[in-house]
Amino acid sequence: MIARLRAPGLHRGILATPLGIGLAYAIVLIIRGASGFGHVVDGTAILQVAMITTPFAFLIGLGAFDYWFYWAIGRPTRPEDHSGHGARTWKDYFRINTDHKVIGVQYVVHSFAYFMIAGLFAMLMRVQLAQPGGKFVDANTYNGLFSVHATLMIFLFVIPVFAGLANFVLPLMIGAPDMAFPRLNALSFWLLPVAGLMLLGSFFAPGGSFASGWTAYAPLSTTAPIGQAFFTLGVQFAGASSIATALNFLVTIITMRAPGMSFFRMPLLVWANFSTSLLVVIATPFIAASQFFVLLDRGLGFNFFNAGQGGNVLLYQNVFWFYSHPAVYIMMLPGFGIISEVIAVKARKPIFGYRMMAFSLLAIVVLGFTVWAHHMFTSGMPGWIRDPMMITTAIIAVPTGVKIFSWLATLWRGVLHMDTPMLWAMGFITMFTLGGISGVMLAMVPFDLHVSKTYFIVAHIHYVLFGGSVFTIFAGVYYWFPKMTGRMYDERLGRWHFWTTLIFFNLTFAPMHIIGIQGMPRRVADYALQFATWNLLISFASWALGLSTLIFVYNMIVSWRGGPKAVANPWRALTLEWQVSSPPPIFNFDSMPTVVGGPYEYGVPGAVHAVFRDGADVPASAGALAMATTKE
Amino acid sequence: MEETHGSTPHRPPIDRTTVVRVLGLGLVASALGIGLGFLIPWFPPAAAKQAHTIDTLYYVLIIVTVPIFVLVTSVVLLSAWKWRMRPGEERLDGPPIHGNTQLEVIWTALPAALIAALVVYAAIVLHDIGVKKPNTITIGVTGQQWEWRFTYPGYHDAQGKPIVALQLYLPDNRPVNFRIHSVDVIHTFWVPAFRLQEDAVPGITTGFRATPDRLGSYPIICTQLCGYGHTTMRTTLHIVTASAFSTWLAEHGYSGAAQTASVRTGGAARSLTARGWTAYAPIGGTHTATTKEGPQ
Repeated sequence: MIARLRAPGLHRGILATPLGIGLAYAIVLIIRGASGFGHVVDGTAILQVAMITTPFAFLIGLGAFDYWFYWAIGRPTRPEDHSGHGARTWKDYFRINTDHKVIGVQYVVHSFAYFMIAGLFAMLMRVQLAQPGGKFVDANTYNGLFSVHATLMIFLFVIPVFAGLANFVLPLMIGAPDMAFPRLNALSFWLLPVAGLMLLGSFFAPGGSFASGWTAYAPLSTTAPIGQAFFTLGVQFAGASSIATALNFLVTIITMRAPGMSFFRMPLLVWANFSTSLLVVIATPFIAASQFFVLLDRGLGFNFFNAGQGGNVLLYQNVFWFYSHPAVYIMMLPGFGIISEVIAVKARKPIFGYRMMAFSLLAIVVLGFTVWAHHMFTSGMPGWIRDPMMITTAIIAVPTGVKIFSWLATLWRGVLHMDTPMLWAMGFITMFTLGGISGVMLAMVPFDLHVSKTYFIVAHIHYVLFGGSVFTIFAGVYYWFPKMTGRMYDERLGRWHFWTTLIFFNLTFAPMHIIGIQGMPRRVADYALQFATWNLLISFASWALGLSTLIFVYNMIVSWRGGPKAVANPWRALTLEWQVSSPPPIFNFDSMPTVVGGPYEYGVPGAVHAVFRDGADVPASAGALAMATTKE
Repeated sequence: MEETHGSTPHRPPIDRTTVVRVLGLGLVASALGIGLGFLIPWFPPAAAKQAHTIDTLYYVLIIVTVPIFVLVTSVVLLSAWKWRMRPGEERLDGPPIHGNTQLEVIWTALPAALIAALVVYAAIVLHDIGVKKPNTITIGVTGQQWEWRFTYPGYHDAQGKPIVALQLYLPDNRPVNFRIHSVDVIHTFWVPAFRLQEDAVPGITTGFRATPDRLGSYPIICTQLCGYGHTTMRTTLHIVTASAFSTWLAEHGYSGAAQTASVRTGGAARSLTARGWTAYAPIGGTHTATTKEGPQ
């Protein structure tokens, strides 16, 4: 019994949690006692320290650090022999596992749980806004709802779900047996439940959850009740997870490609995650810094942002957006990768302008760092900054346009398999174009001076992040579902999901452009009577949009449990992940692939992407064709 | 880059008739889209010279961007209609076209040129709306959770203090220079009728210029989330004739701060509708209604 409790796992993590709280008590009591505070037991101080110590206690208990601790104290470490790979039962998904495929599934399922929760918050917001004078929640709760909604969607859904999909397919795509740092990979995932529970837990804080938006502008955030600290610290854990994963992707892509897999033979999903990871490792430390500033202001009175004490209020926005604008691309580039995979395979054509597709990703990475102050056109920053930021913001539309046009040219004269992943991809192209157009409009400073912080912005961001990112996520989940689960999803339900989402998405967010320009500000719990009709329509549409997601959830659960068995390569794709069984073998490749050509040579007679050294395990279709042609 | 392998039959290149038809449909759709863009009553009433310039910019953006959306959507729909896989084509692949340098140069250069033109235009508009004009009146705007306070530094009362008001009165056709401050958190001073907003930031002075050109009452809205009462942080702008403005100044200038204190607006907790915020061209009663509420 004792031995079982001492073994790493969720139960040990939960047992260790009170120790973290105890440690926080001890630290606060000792420091406050030694410093001569009269009031030694301070709940706020203990809570803030506990939010740092408890997650580490939980992670240590869980076993995320076991290897490193053994190594540090000189005890024999267990070498990574991959014996823990694979998930035999569902319980294996609830412990530290170093298999990138298990971690990928953990990421995706965990992220979708938060997608549902954050979506529910949005539906509750629409209850409040269904009619003017809404009494569903008070203003403080409402501010909390949209703050938590945005934070969860960004940090617990869009960013990690892309990391999860890439975790599963990227090592397979480049012919690697796993990620470069499997233990770091496991730690990266387990930081996310910590961050998610902390952000959600803020609703139980005295004074309510954090309610200063996902942007948490100082000095509103530095003077807010304790709920704000849940954001300040929760984001640190999500950010750390993100940075560690990005490092892992970079090293994996640079060092673990199969023989023959040169950079310009990599699938564009790999290019996309390479670019995204560059953005993450450079940019994410900046949001960490911005939240450390806030933490020190709140907890220890550093006055970074206290104008009365020499602080600089605009500093927060500059540091925050230096991350949070690249974050927009962190939330979009992996989706670009997914769309390139889906469109090439489903249109049965090579990606049009492969090299330009790769270079435009890199161009977006570089330009992405030069546009942050376009979020601050009305912030009171020095006026001259507006012009250069307007120019860079507008220019970034060019590489994005190149991608859109290249996808269109890939569709041209293809043989379009219009199934669910392809519908999402084509829906993405049109919806994302709308988001890009409103983005160019917003880059024009004089127009932004009118609509900044109105519902026009809400419309724009949802066309980019829902019509953009979320559509690509659905495309990717349907596309790789057979590979990840070994089962086929229900095609009819997939189509229903697409069409209901497309329709209600537009009914929800398109009218927001109009009410925004007409003069309805965002982040308000009430509005002038003239906006009543539009808001009622938006509310009904948003509830229907929320319900449409249930079709997806039902399809995923039922198909995973009892869908028809998937063959190795149901889409007749050339990339490596489809050349192994569905789901892939525990060690990914039973024989080592050698890459001999580009990833998208559809329509080229006899073209292959890779050959396997011994042909024994190569499944039918494309792989078999590969063998046949190379042996000749 | 046409395929010559010929072992598998590929889709033929698109025929001229289809191109012409699709182009025609695209033009019609663009025209309809732009027409719709002009029919939608986007903007609230405009009450400043700057507002007209910004509205024009927006309509130019509509004209430029609608055809781009139509182009993208047309290609998607055309592909779905013309090149979807039909029964018997399950094993068919598309032609292996890897790219076309000419085309790629065109769709990089053309949008770049278009965007450069828009940026130049927008920069000119931005410069024009900020130009200093003679005979400008300076107004101090102070944001505080959750109300606005306006000071008239050029107009002092008997005690030598500038006049202070909780609703903004401006003379018609006289340029205004707003000097914006905050005493607590960040707020944003937005006058939708001017199409202009700027943050009120603790510690620094910000501002913008506008020239009112239409009599009437218009809302002033805080757009930066500033805490519990953010939703109701609003007041009213009154653009009045020069003589009415003088009268208003006289009333306020000589009766001092005592009277302005009595114009405090109601608390944050009441709904906007209850406070008379039903629409954007308010309602004659707004000012008196809020006045009657008195100090909290």
